[in-house]
Amino acid sequence: MLKVSNLHAYYDNVHALKGIDLEVRAGEIVSLIGSNGAGKSTTLLAIAGLLSPSEGKVTFDGEDITKLPAHGLVKKGLSLTLEGREVFEALTVEENLMLGAYTKQDKKAIAASFERVYGLFPRLKERVKQQAGTLSGGEQQMLAMGRALMSEPKLLLLDEPSLGLAPNLVEQMFDLIVDINKQGTTVLLIEQNANMALAISDRAYVMETGKVALSGNAKELMDDSRVKKAYLGHP
Amino acid sequence: MFIQQLVNGLALGMVYALIAVGFSLVFGILRLVNFSHAAIFAFGAHVALFFIGLEVGPIPAILISMVLTGGVGILIDKVALAPLRKKKSIPIAGLITTIGVSYILQNILTIVFGSGRVHFPAIIPPGGFDFLGTRITSMQILMFGVSLTLMLLLTYLVNHTKMGLAMRAMQQNPKAARLMGINVNSVIMFTFFLAGATASIAGGLISGFYQMAYPAMGVSFGPKVFSATVLGGIGSMPGAFVGGILIGVIEVMAAMFLGSAYRDGAAFVVLILVLILRPQGLFGRKLALKV
Repeated sequence: MLKVSNLHAYYDNVHALKGIDLEVRAGEIVSLIGSNGAGKSTTLLAIAGLLSPSEGKVTFDGEDITKLPAHGLVKKGLSLTLEGREVFEALTVEENLMLGAYTKQDKKAIAASFERVYGLFPRLKERVKQQAGTLSGGEQQMLAMGRALMSEPKLLLLDEPSLGLAPNLVEQMFDLIVDINKQGTTVLLIEQNANMALAISDRAYVMETGKVALSGNAKELMDDSRVKKAYLGHP
Repeated sequence: MFIQQLVNGLALGMVYALIAVGFSLVFGILRLVNFSHAAIFAFGAHVALFFIGLEVGPIPAILISMVLTGGVGILIDKVALAPLRKKKSIPIAGLITTIGVSYILQNILTIVFGSGRVHFPAIIPPGGFDFLGTRITSMQILMFGVSLTLMLLLTYLVNHTKMGLAMRAMQQNPKAARLMGINVNSVIMFTFFLAGATASIAGGLISGFYQMAYPAMGVSFGPKVFSATVLGGIGSMPGAFVGGILIGVIEVMAAMFLGSAYRDGAAFVVLILVLILRPQGLFGRKLALKV
């Protein structure tokens, strides 16, 4: 579904991505793990067209989207949440979600998306008229994910959805990602919380200093001694 | 006499508010202080004057000017401002550019119309009515009514349409707005069109009221409108509305109670006081400048 080959990019004059290759197949949950500064978020920005890659190619459903401007992605079926949520703080929860469906015309389909998102995140339904900036961190993360789902994407890219959440919420967030995936949305997950990410993923890529250091089946990576030592916090 | 001045101030202030709204919209979307906005206002007045010269009638002339001036707004952005955004220039570069653009526009007007004051015909036949000893002219009613109607339309557009939602999204978080599938360039074009079009209508109204136009009229009215915007809270539509009216009323009151020499200065005294006491303006949110 998504194929990234030999992706290079510079971020603030730093050669942040040095030839990334990765693939996400339909129906999968794939995670991209690695320590802070490994280039995970930069990879996502380059895929999204918010940062132009200096070299390499990104294809989505067989179509070259490397040069596609960021606003063109949603229509192709690719939607993402950014690190730090980036909700529209002065707009209401409902308006935020409406913006998620900005490219949609069909009112019935939009109403169905609202139902789906409220089903996944009942908390958002209780807060429809509330300004997004007044929500708690966890609620803002739910809003960011709900907003990304409003376009009914084929592929959802999530950047650090567990960042800054209380431990019990983190677990809930990962359960929700599994639910979303079960509803038929393919997920590419970028996470520092490697334990949780690997537990729900089919496959994973481990990034180190702008390169993919390891990749493979998520369960196998969990047992890999290098991964255990560097990212899972136990020998 | 007080009521009479209040009426005069309200009519004038409502037009200031209309100009301020366009200025504020552009600022909201781009965080750009568009100093060329007042020159666009003068430009709009002269385009209307030009078409009045072709004897299409004052109101059709103003409507033609509205479309053309809106187009000029887009053109200015495409030629002078969009390239700066693309290069991620420092914010001051955009500001200085708009100052430059305002001189270029003023020069173009001087070349075509001469630098002096030219007669601008009455838009509607003279008339009006007396109400409890206060004279309200039909031109004042027109200024007030047209400006108010346009402001209400703009408010509706921003708060209740899809384009308006996109504008508000961009105002808050351009990066996230792009990820929603919002074509940022279309929103910017649309906003510049709206700003140019409303400024041009205001230009026609002000020129029709004073029955004259001159290339430097942007320089005379610009500072008042910028003050009105900042007074109300830059980026806020209700702020532009209240700011415009306040500046209009303060101006005529100062002229009446203190003498006409104080006319242009009084509004700025109020502005400075407001900025000291409430820096974000009357209706402004404390917004971090993301530039």
